[in-house]
Amino acid sequence: MATIYSHRRSTWRKNLPRFFQYLILSLFVVIIFVPIVMLIFGSLKTRGEFLTRPYTLPIPPRWENYTKVLSQAMFWILLRNSLVVMLVTTSGVVFICSLAAFVLARMEFRGKGPIFNLLTLGLMFPINIAILPVYLALRRMGLTNNLLGVILVQIAFQLSGNILILRGFFMAIPVELQDAAYIDGCTAFDFFWRILLPLARPALSAVAALTMVASWNDLLVPLVLIDKDTLWTLPLGTQQFQSQYGQDLALVAAFVTLSAVPAIIFYLFAERQIVSGLTAGALKG
Amino acid sequence: METASASEGVLDSSRQARFPRRVQDNLTIVLFLLPALVLFLVFVVYPILQSLYYSLFNWKGFGPAVDFVGLDNFKRILTDRIFMKAVGNGLLIVVLSLTIQLPLSLALALMVGRDLPGRAFFRTIFFMPYVFSEVITAIMWLFLYNPDPERGFINAVLILIPGVKPQPWLGSPTQVMGCLFVVLTWKYFGLHMLLYMAGLQNIPQEIEEAARIDGANRRQLIKYITLPLLGSTIRTSVYLSVLGSLQVFALVWIMTLGGPVNASEVMATYMYRFGFVRFWLGYGSAVAIVMLLISLAFSVSYQRLVRQPDYLSGM
Repeated sequence: MATIYSHRRSTWRKNLPRFFQYLILSLFVVIIFVPIVMLIFGSLKTRGEFLTRPYTLPIPPRWENYTKVLSQAMFWILLRNSLVVMLVTTSGVVFICSLAAFVLARMEFRGKGPIFNLLTLGLMFPINIAILPVYLALRRMGLTNNLLGVILVQIAFQLSGNILILRGFFMAIPVELQDAAYIDGCTAFDFFWRILLPLARPALSAVAALTMVASWNDLLVPLVLIDKDTLWTLPLGTQQFQSQYGQDLALVAAFVTLSAVPAIIFYLFAERQIVSGLTAGALKG
Repeated sequence: METASASEGVLDSSRQARFPRRVQDNLTIVLFLLPALVLFLVFVVYPILQSLYYSLFNWKGFGPAVDFVGLDNFKRILTDRIFMKAVGNGLLIVVLSLTIQLPLSLALALMVGRDLPGRAFFRTIFFMPYVFSEVITAIMWLFLYNPDPERGFINAVLILIPGVKPQPWLGSPTQVMGCLFVVLTWKYFGLHMLLYMAGLQNIPQEIEEAARIDGANRRQLIKYITLPLLGSTIRTSVYLSVLGSLQVFALVWIMTLGGPVNASEVMATYMYRFGFVRFWLGYGSAVAIVMLLISLAFSVSYQRLVRQPDYLSGM
């Protein structure tokens, strides 16, 4: 932006503010990286080295912590459970939300307003606030200590926001397209399945990416619903590992680093989808 | 009769085409809404109504709830010093977020602007902590906040400044909230910056150019053109920030358990402590209802007073 405001000034005066801009931005880049780099440094040390000089360069790097974590069956069980929960939750959210969003965006019927209001009510009841009621209800239904319980709760609390996002996308698709499809003999279902969904693919992947992040990172729902350690998810297992192996901080650091790797890889691939999902409505305003 | 039957024939043929269509449409509406409605009613609405009932009992979770105490749980919550502390800490996070975190995010978004070389790089880096789980974030920062300067990076850097002593950080009742706020900012400022960057991208460049040609300097441009046009983005970001601040849980629970001596208690940790650690389920239910009412009151009044945020993601 600096170029816009100062293009008539001399090069010196033009470049100085830009220099400060980069200086400040770089400072924040450093702040973002400090905790991450310190974690990785720590994970590459022995237990003793971590205690005596935790934040120096890990020379020579000790890979034992990583092999130790990776050779534990527990880590792979956690990874598998997290993957199962994430994939089922995400497919469920995308499927259920696109159905509901389509009807709410594109069809007219009695009771549409109240149903829409009911479904968006969930925005005011985030899971962190509703967790105790949810736990009591699931205990009564016998869905504790069951990954299905975690999945159903995650889906239910993701509905409102994602229906709203998808409804926005669906409403932006021209009415003429729908009219033309109906004149050609399409049913509402045909239109939804053959025309709307393919057109909405970017929106669907945005919703999917956001749901994946939320499900993958969720601690609270598995924490209250799951006791059995064979059903723990990665965040829950990480938290338990940290309190269990509190003495061996280097090992904890390796465990945490490894549990962050999937998130980072996913982010590098899906940044565009996550960003477009989050900014979907902000752009409309 | 004759004419009626004649026209009926015409109607019939068109009705035959339309009738299955209507049925089909209604079927589509019902079947498409059903999964969402069932899940929502069973896993969101029903639990809340059930807790509304339990909140009227003194119930420790064993056997049925029989010890009816009316509104006693609520009276007790609202007079509990620790709950008030938790509400106060929630408000503190709200105030700090609105006065420090959001302006910082906005300033950085303005700095990156629409065309600074390296814009995408900065966005990728600043937004990255958002995808880390709160568990990972909390453990990373626990290492940094270690009060022993031999072990904690922050104190190690601090004592390089002459005359500065190592600080207790999370161990100090007066510093703990500030420390947690730094972590919250580290994790979430990228989200708000992202929203502002998207909002800026949406402001027509011609408007800014016109103002500049009319002689507006940079400060005036931001004050009179950019910020007003960014209004809806800012309102969205404020809404998300407040709602997020009211429900902070995992970061606080892992880093401090609400301590030392309840100094960093927030509403969600308070509920967790009474509901899941002490297993006072009736009392915990009442806490959940109070939190829901606070969240509801904020959402409704914000929508009335400010406006309906058209952007709301499921966070």
